[in-house]
Amino acid sequence: MSLFSGRDLVCVRGDRRVFAGLAFDLPPGGAVLLSGPNGSGKSSLLRLMAGLLRPAGGDLIWDGAPIAADPEAHRARLRYVGHLNAIKPVLTAAENVAFWARHAGAGEADVGRALAGFALTPLAHVAGRLLSSGQRRRVALARLLAAPGEVWLLDEPSVGLDQASLAHLSTAIAMHRAAGGRVAVATHTPIDMPGAQTLALADFADSVPLTVGSDW
Amino acid sequence: MSLFANVVARDLRLALRQRGDAVMVVLFFVLAAMLFPFAVGPEPNLLARLAAGVIWVTALLAVLLSLERLFLADFEDGSLELLVLAPGPLSLTVLAKVLAHWLTTGLPLIAAAPLIALLYNMDVSALPVLALAMLLGTPSLSLTGAVGAALTLGARRGGVLVPLLVLPLYIPVLIFGVAAIDATLAGLSARPHLLFLAAIFLVMLVVAPLAAAAALRQAVE
Repeated sequence: MSLFSGRDLVCVRGDRRVFAGLAFDLPPGGAVLLSGPNGSGKSSLLRLMAGLLRPAGGDLIWDGAPIAADPEAHRARLRYVGHLNAIKPVLTAAENVAFWARHAGAGEADVGRALAGFALTPLAHVAGRLLSSGQRRRVALARLLAAPGEVWLLDEPSVGLDQASLAHLSTAIAMHRAAGGRVAVATHTPIDMPGAQTLALADFADSVPLTVGSDW
Repeated sequence: MSLFANVVARDLRLALRQRGDAVMVVLFFVLAAMLFPFAVGPEPNLLARLAAGVIWVTALLAVLLSLERLFLADFEDGSLELLVLAPGPLSLTVLAKVLAHWLTTGLPLIAAAPLIALLYNMDVSALPVLALAMLLGTPSLSLTGAVGAALTLGARRGGVLVPLLVLPLYIPVLIFGVAAIDATLAGLSARPHLLFLAAIFLVMLVVAPLAAAAALRQAVE
């Protein structure tokens, strides 16, 4: 059984140590819920897990091997939904999703199903600029279903979503986990994820500044 | 569809739906070139002598105008993060974006250049060399520009920084591009100058995507 785990992770942003000594385990079908106040490093941890940021210390390990040894393979199994939706205003919802599906090497076969998964079928041919912010968020999330990927990294996925869409998101996550996928979610609104490991980032906060500034 | 073709197709489709950007570049090129006769006077021999230089300088400036949008939109809407995270080499994605950029700016400039050449009374015999020199030179402008555009992402007033970074690097293309046409007009062979343009293009074809990819990784960190 392959295991995605982090050991003793340290994250430094600017001259501030955001967290230190952080560890997580993400087995197949597993979920990690990142919680903590603003600025506690939830997004940074997701970006570390994605490989967008390099950890200042510690290791990210996939199946016993460090991820840094084969970043290409790691990127192939990732699906990342960040703060920004990556939606082109002049492309339709379907075109936006289809582009990222092709880019993940999956083809367009699942685009219709992905849009349906977030109740976007009636909006498939609406240009990105005409979508509301909640609808944009759903288009961004539909990318997850359009191209299968083993690890979902979701940064505040529920921002702007209504109750019905939140339910769609929970369903999508549950189905993904049932199929052996893993999820890491940073969120402030509760998302129903049975058996998820909760990681309170405040516990790993490191208040010691790296450099001692002047008094003011 | 491959990663490369996918990005080229998307960027061309975006350019097609936002035609204004590409049209603006060509319009700038033509209008800027048309200013010179008002400044230096309408003397036909003088204009014919200036033609090659004016075409190249205004083409450089027109390309500069278009550089900012090369990565900025993707950076601002979050697409860049996803492109960086996609499997496959990032330099290939950069190359795809540069190709789309060249198809939507370089190629229209080449098409518009003969018009300016004729306005400037340039000898018609030099038109094929002008086209060939621009065909070899403008891809280098897009490639070099991509490095500048990638480096200035996230910088405050990046749009102002790009020309400072990129214009000095454009000088070799300018020199050999103009020299090729001047040589033809003087009855000499344009071949050595064209070969230099081709050499610059080949070097940039290898170096620029790697450098821009490294800069993009920094930008999304």
